[in-house]
Amino acid sequence: MNGQAFWLTVRLAVVVSALLIAIGIPIAYWLTYSRWRWKFLVEAVIALPIVLPPTVLGFYVLMALGSRSPLGRWWESITGHTLAFTFEGLMIGSVLYSLPFAVQPFATSFAAVDSKLLRVSASLGQSPMQTFRRVVLPLSKAGLVTGFALSFAHTLGEFGVVLMVGGNIPGVTRTISIDIYDQVQAGNYAAANHTALVLLVVSFAVLSLVYGLNRRAWTVGPWK
Amino acid sequence: MFLRTSLLAVLLFSICVSAQEITVAAAADLSTALPEIVATYTKHTGQTVKLSFGSSGNLTNQIHNGAPFDVFFSADETYPVQLIEKSLALKGSLYRYAVGRLVLWVPNELPLDVQKLGMQALLDPSIKKIAIANPLHAPYGRAAEAALKHFGVYDQIAPKLVLGENISQAAQFVESGNAQAGLIALSHALSPALKDKGHYWTVPLDAYPTLNQAAVVLSKSRHPEAARKFLDFVRGPDGTSLLKNYGFSLPTEKH
Repeated sequence: MNGQAFWLTVRLAVVVSALLIAIGIPIAYWLTYSRWRWKFLVEAVIALPIVLPPTVLGFYVLMALGSRSPLGRWWESITGHTLAFTFEGLMIGSVLYSLPFAVQPFATSFAAVDSKLLRVSASLGQSPMQTFRRVVLPLSKAGLVTGFALSFAHTLGEFGVVLMVGGNIPGVTRTISIDIYDQVQAGNYAAANHTALVLLVVSFAVLSLVYGLNRRAWTVGPWK
Repeated sequence: MFLRTSLLAVLLFSICVSAQEITVAAAADLSTALPEIVATYTKHTGQTVKLSFGSSGNLTNQIHNGAPFDVFFSADETYPVQLIEKSLALKGSLYRYAVGRLVLWVPNELPLDVQKLGMQALLDPSIKKIAIANPLHAPYGRAAEAALKHFGVYDQIAPKLVLGENISQAAQFVESGNAQAGLIALSHALSPALKDKGHYWTVPLDAYPTLNQAAVVLSKSRHPEAARKFLDFVRGPDGTSLLKNYGFSLPTEKH
């Protein structure tokens, strides 16, 4: 198995899911409590990566990161290189690609918190922010874990976006899914199978963990 | 009743048409030339041809796994020969249709005289990323690697290499400005999409193993006669002149 590709992928998945916790919680908070009339449009935009083929996202990310776009030129003027074909570029693509997989479980679990608890907290003099931190977040643990694990697993299995913006550089952008693809294309089925099996087992473990944790939260939580 | 007969007629007609339609798997460097050849072929004969592009290694792998292609245009000869050895292609149908040329392409924005500098241009600090095709399954990628080693710059520029899934993606990487230089197919450098955007240096033929591009009819083809006819057309005057327009030289010519 290609260990370098494996650890690169794990690193990417960890960074992306950590970023999605940081970005996803405020977005989910806003989605849950905002009364804005056009909120549904934002919800639709966030859900887009679920329906769009990765090639569409990959194409626009490549165009947006390239040296012909303002963003690409701005980045190039700061760092001296373009974002495409870099680990940072993959990070941006992956965060966008996995955004709904984090935000939706977060928002669902925030919305599921009993509104009576929020009113009680407010009546005890807690600010909305304090209520969110002390009441909503702890009660949404299952949703947070689900969102984190799903974006981790989703990034682990990402292929199309990486194929389009990665450039297949060993140790930088050659993720495990790309490595498997290369081995299959070159007819090295044994190597492909070896790596694919590892990915299969890891993905299964992550998802089992999610469902296992959720099950405990569900059976123990309400009666605690 | 009339409706039913006409429906039946339409159905029969479509069966007849699809019976003649062949599917061609082709190396990505043909992605501009072959559609034109097919358009001319269809105009002359009324036969339709479906095209499927990829790296030659990728397509070979698909053929190994039963892809329903009638003809395979490879960017080198080893893949078709491999298929013949495995009885997946018809031995008598193998022929070299062109010699592919590798070029070093840079966009016009870069003030680099590639004609004068040749491969040494890649050492220029303004070049951050160099696009080539994936050597693992694309003949142009192997040619690029060989040429880089031939000119003794491979070790220095290896960290700058980005690999396209096939030679078309390598061309797209450099065309979109995401890579500043690319070792791509001459056919792409001459294509409408790239022609006016950059300039190129043709890598001399002795710098890499010749890209003897070979075509073959596949054993699983359900229309081997139609497949052979199409191959004959590509070999004929119309096909060869279109291939030449896109920078391919013919195997019999002196280069």
